Amino acid sequence: MRRFTAALFLLGLGVMIAAIYQQMDFSHTTVNAGQLINAVAAQETGAANFVTSVVLAYRGIDTLLELTILFTAAMIGGMVLGRRSPDAPRDPDAGFILRTGADLLFPLLLVVGMYIILHGHLTPGGGFQGGVILAAAFFVPLLARPGSSIDQGVISIVEGLAGAAFIIIGLLAMLDGREFLTPLLDKGELGALISAGSLPLLYLAVGIKVGSELAGLLAHLADAEAVD
Amino acid sequence: MEIVILVVVVVMLLSAVAVLCLRNFLAALAAMSVVSLGLSFLFVVVRAPDVAMTEAAIGAGLSGLLFALALRRLGLWRSQ
Amino acid sequence: MSMDIIDSNLILTIAAVGLMLIGIGGIVISNHLVRIIFGIALLEAGTNLLLLLSTYHPEASAPIIVDGNVPALMADPVPQALVLTAIVIGVGILALALSLAIRVQRAYGTLDMREVRLKLEQEISAEAGVEMPSSSHAPAGVPAAAVTAAVHRVTPS
Repeated sequence: MRRFTAALFLLGLGVMIAAIYQQMDFSHTTVNAGQLINAVAAQETGAANFVTSVVLAYRGIDTLLELTILFTAAMIGGMVLGRRSPDAPRDPDAGFILRTGADLLFPLLLVVGMYIILHGHLTPGGGFQGGVILAAAFFVPLLARPGSSIDQGVISIVEGLAGAAFIIIGLLAMLDGREFLTPLLDKGELGALISAGSLPLLYLAVGIKVGSELAGLLAHLADAEAVD
Repeated sequence: MEIVILVVVVVMLLSAVAVLCLRNFLAALAAMSVVSLGLSFLFVVVRAPDVAMTEAAIGAGLSGLLFALALRRLGLWRSQ
Repeated sequence: MSMDIIDSNLILTIAAVGLMLIGIGGIVISNHLVRIIFGIALLEAGTNLLLLLSTYHPEASAPIIVDGNVPALMADPVPQALVLTAIVIGVGILALALSLAIRVQRAYGTLDMREVRLKLEQEISAEAGVEMPSSSHAPAGVPAAAVTAAVHRVTPS
């Protein structure tokens, strides 16, 4: 009975979405904001990747709030999981292959993560994607040696500094008499590695913050006690 | 091109159903990663390489890891 | 795109709406907490795709300038930036939901929402010092444990 009513509900929802979709002529409307941004972003921010321009320059406060949400989620996750009891059993160490592989993978992932972060204004990629890869880099050794753990204190310091750097770069623009998070510095040549003013610095801050946050969260989850 | 998109969409929707129907949670997790990977291909098709990269790193990689760790802690980590 | 037998826009829309419906179905139908979280993840994936499709144009190119040549028509970067943030927030929500699930299992020893609900009700009525309200699922006078066992026998999870 419950499944039947659920299926009926889903059918109704599907019909509703289809009806809305037909009325709206959704996919062929050109939204003006996007085309305007595409026309002026290269001159205004100097970044070749317009998504980066939108994320950091045109909607910078949005990104700051998003980092806040991620921080809150990670913090509450840590709080909910709590501390492990000292006598809880740990997983055994991984085998030789996984340990050696983890050691080999760690520098590689670090380089790839930093590359993706620093080229965020030129190619697809940026602070979020690179930050996730950095988090993975710091988690892989933990997977190979479950006994070791990441120092949560260091992680929160790094995370706090990165978050503060983002806000300070935003405030520097206000000192100059412009709005919060206005891009600063010389725009440079379009497509060069050192260009787009302060956007790569902002993305670096985002990448380090996201990476440390997610690494801390993964370490917390890996540290929680297993049931069986 | 349309044929490729069609195949990916069919595979994706089938594995989305499999996520909810498979009794083994590890298999459901693998199906979830297939959905994410197909989705990141579709993001490339709609000309959003940034989003595709994010989805591949986060959807297929990190959230799979999160789910795997959580399943381990929940005691649902069985291979058969 | 000369081949107009199958419209790519239509396929992509079906994929997005289908993912959303499957996700909502998972949330509504299943009783297991982890399955509900899977459903939330699927719903989120479908919503992201639908948001990107809102400005999809088959002839547009990605909003990136490569080697200084500017394409005539570029995809809208605003929904892309929104979806980028949505995906990252999604993983935060996922982590939070999973840690709550771990906590629920530690507190109640089960992940079945029906049992969790029953135990919650028992806890609340014990705390308040009143009798368990007779629910519509159980005939009067049957202890709650028997109901749980019966539920299990009818629908093994």
